[in-house]
Amino acid sequence: MSALGKVVRAGVGRRRLQSAVMILTALMAVTASVLAAGLLVAARAPFDHAFARQRGAHLTVQFDGAKVTGRQVGATAHVSGVSAAAGPFRALSLRPRTASGSDALPAGVDLPPLTVVGRADAGGRVDGVRLVAGAWATRPGQIVVAYGGMPVQPGARLTFPSAPGAPTLTVVGVARSVTGTADAWVTPAQAGALSARGGPVSYEMLYRFRHAGTDAQVAADRDAIAAAVPKGALSGSRSYLAVRQQETANTMAFVPFLAAFGVLGLLLSVLVIGIVVSGAVGAATRRIGILKSLGFSPSQVVRAYVGQALIPAGVGCALGLVLGNLLAVPVLGEVGTAFGGPGASVPVWIDVVVPGAALVLVAGAALVPALRAGRLRTVEAITVGRTPGTGRGRLARRLAGRLPVPRAVGLGLAYPFARPARSATTAAAVAFGAATVTFGVGLALTLGAVQSGRMLDSAGSVMVAAGGGQAPPGAQAVHAGGGPDAPTADPAEVAAALRAQHGTSRFYGIAQAQVSASGITGATTVVAYQGDTAWAAPQMVSGRWLDGPGQAVVTTRFLKAAGIRVGDTVTLTERGRRASVRIVGEAFFTAGEGMELLTRTSTLAALGLDATPGQYGVRTKPGTDLGRYLTSLNAALQPVGAVAQANTARGSDVIVTMDALVGTLTLMLVAVAGLGVLNTVVLDTRDRVHDLGVLKALGMAPRQTVAMVVTSVAGIGLLAGAVAVPAGVALHRFVTPLMGRAVGMTLPASDIAVYRTPALAALACGGLVIAVLGALLPAVWAARTDTATALRTE
Amino acid sequence: MPATAPVIDIRDVTRTYGEGPPALADVTLSVRAGEAVAVLGPSGSGKSTLLNLIAGLDRPSAGSVTVAGLRVDGMSEARSAEFRRTKIGMVFQFFNLLDDLTVTDNVLLPAQLAGLPRAEARRRAAGLLEHLRIDRHADAYPGRLSGGERQRVAVARALMNRPALLLADEPTGALDTASGDDVRELLAELNADGQTILLVTHDLRLAESCATRTVELVDGRVVRDTERTTAVT
Repeated sequence: MSALGKVVRAGVGRRRLQSAVMILTALMAVTASVLAAGLLVAARAPFDHAFARQRGAHLTVQFDGAKVTGRQVGATAHVSGVSAAAGPFRALSLRPRTASGSDALPAGVDLPPLTVVGRADAGGRVDGVRLVAGAWATRPGQIVVAYGGMPVQPGARLTFPSAPGAPTLTVVGVARSVTGTADAWVTPAQAGALSARGGPVSYEMLYRFRHAGTDAQVAADRDAIAAAVPKGALSGSRSYLAVRQQETANTMAFVPFLAAFGVLGLLLSVLVIGIVVSGAVGAATRRIGILKSLGFSPSQVVRAYVGQALIPAGVGCALGLVLGNLLAVPVLGEVGTAFGGPGASVPVWIDVVVPGAALVLVAGAALVPALRAGRLRTVEAITVGRTPGTGRGRLARRLAGRLPVPRAVGLGLAYPFARPARSATTAAAVAFGAATVTFGVGLALTLGAVQSGRMLDSAGSVMVAAGGGQAPPGAQAVHAGGGPDAPTADPAEVAAALRAQHGTSRFYGIAQAQVSASGITGATTVVAYQGDTAWAAPQMVSGRWLDGPGQAVVTTRFLKAAGIRVGDTVTLTERGRRASVRIVGEAFFTAGEGMELLTRTSTLAALGLDATPGQYGVRTKPGTDLGRYLTSLNAALQPVGAVAQANTARGSDVIVTMDALVGTLTLMLVAVAGLGVLNTVVLDTRDRVHDLGVLKALGMAPRQTVAMVVTSVAGIGLLAGAVAVPAGVALHRFVTPLMGRAVGMTLPASDIAVYRTPALAALACGGLVIAVLGALLPAVWAARTDTATALRTE
Repeated sequence: MPATAPVIDIRDVTRTYGEGPPALADVTLSVRAGEAVAVLGPSGSGKSTLLNLIAGLDRPSAGSVTVAGLRVDGMSEARSAEFRRTKIGMVFQFFNLLDDLTVTDNVLLPAQLAGLPRAEARRRAAGLLEHLRIDRHADAYPGRLSGGERQRVAVARALMNRPALLLADEPTGALDTASGDDVRELLAELNADGQTILLVTHDLRLAESCATRTVELVDGRVVRDTERTTAVT
């Protein structure tokens, strides 16, 4: 091994604590950065590959056949900006019933409504539909179903009772459209045959555009198409960006906060490594002098000190790389095979670029103090001891000596002024740690708020099931026997029992059905409310809650998917009947993937559907014993045919995973910040070891020594904490809306404004806690330092 | 402490470090109140080890060390610190003043660490500085003072808590002739006023001028213990 190599190895081995700090800081920074960058790139890759391979449609548009002709729709292929188009295809909303049985689905089961499109072939210039099983429909009597929809296989038979002649079609294939342009495909002739005479006719048109990289570009293209047809003819549209967002939502939600942790980690790494190498140079001035007197060149000294930082940082980067890739596996798992491609994983170039960038930053951080070491004059270095020059901070010491505090505390309070640069770096490390805690706590509070508010009907403590086929909100309703089962309990009797029950505060009824909604492919679950629901409304993002018939509330994701905004109208279709609802509010909930439409029961009645509530949400009066209430209520409901149970919602696995990651990364960053403080206090204690010996010789007790050392960083900690809390809050306010946007949702303001005054006060003390914890160990070491040895140290 | 009890009572003390020969071997020494004892000996004879054992900065491998009626050899760190605060004062070869503190603040330190009331501590410090004739430097920093003046400040600091014993480790070792004479005179005056002193030195002139007794160490053993009738001032 060369002389330089030996010096580097000896330096790394001698400063084990500092090496451990550098390993940990690099590990944390690279883990978070690999995860963030990896998820950002890898989560979208399967969709992007499939979209390119299948020439996916940038925009899928539905036209109202009552307002526009097929010829007019076809002419939109020539609208400016359109690079390719397919269609028009006749599109129908039909509710099938199984005519043949299988293990998964018996015969005679009514299925949710399907968007059935008449399409001659699977290929074409836009939306190359990929067959997963069987063959394409080539003649009447055949149907191809979308992959991942109905649990049916080729050979199964489906009857369409609402179509003329209630035809039965045979499933001949299962196919995948990358943007889900239909739930099923038939030949154009079959589509015509399935259309009810005089019933509503819809057309579907698929477009690719010259510029479709952003929502704004796609919206502009959509407006151009809408302008090319009679007003109101464009009844709905769906952008591929909305589909991609929906398909990658859970994974992409991780990216904003992981990126924030990654940036914080990298900055903290630069800071801590700068502190460590600077401290190493300061503590080894004499050693540097000896090396130079032995013939080491300035550049060799520089390389020696940069190397001492790069070796532990390299180890940390390698460990972070492994950890980041391992953590990415479960997060990326769900997007892996969704598009028929290979499983998603962190791309190799991320594994190369992120650690490489981290090492460059480390080298840069180490270079500044290493250059200082290289420039040291040999004679000065070899003669100057470790004891720092004095002079700075004298005024602070005089003033601190007059404070009405124990002398040890006064001495500690004045220490930071003697080495302002080191104090500033300590403050920065503490501030990073405190800001991270503030950010992490805020994220946890926001995720908690999202967890508790994401489900519909979570406001009440009791749910009453009135029987029948009503599934809970978000579930796919499947009614056996040819028609929806009516709730068995009489609503009036259930309501009377609830009103009579001691402890009942308020209640409302819920009915639901699946219908077709304009602009949305496939069935839309309509959750319809009856009675007093203002208290049970989900968290509103904009607009207002329902206060009359003909109104609806949906999520941001629904609005984006349908290409509409609050104030617009959505047309609901069921077995040829139509009902229009006006969107009066935008809410936040993730039930039914956030694609449910909330309205009053009168909307279901207008569609000819049974609007009898199948469930009731109940709020009990404050102080009510829930167990007793349920026992008593169930006794009253039993004769009516309803059952009450506690309203418990299952936690989201994604949020649990996020919480775990936030907690882990916060702890890692705080540990690094604390170790940064520890490192500077160790350096400081070493520099002052002689003074320490003097003080101990004069009778400074161990607890006084600990108090002095801890106090030397306590003031810095308090100050840094006070500065860091607003920074952490600002970071939280910046990142959380991005997390919402990543999943196609707008988070309610109340879920973002989660910091309360007591929490902020406690967080402001976080800096003090980090500083004290970081200083405690060196303070104990200082207290245990042998006085006689310390007195001999110069 | 009984009136007749020695201020320092060292019995059969041995101190070894590792596998080497003992730094002190079977040393027994007693110092009475009012004595000024100079411990002499060449480098490596065990003088500093003896001083450290008396100051509670080190522990003997065998034997006992009693100072001002307190067993020092078995004390905890906290008790040892309290002992140093209340029973002894220390003066060092290189003064060991804290350069960032003024003369007054340096002198105040032991009293402040002992929790003496602020006004009393200030009054006592002012008296000491005046008595040692360095009161004009009260607000100066040690770096501005001569070696002799610094050592006077160190002595003032050592006497701040009115210790039973003043320990001095080569107090003239870093001083020029004039400053050395100044310190010799000061220590002799203090002893004349009744202050018990144990000093470790190479400086025979110091021993002659202010010690009432000399103890000579060679290779960790007491080879000579000589009573002097009076110190030469």
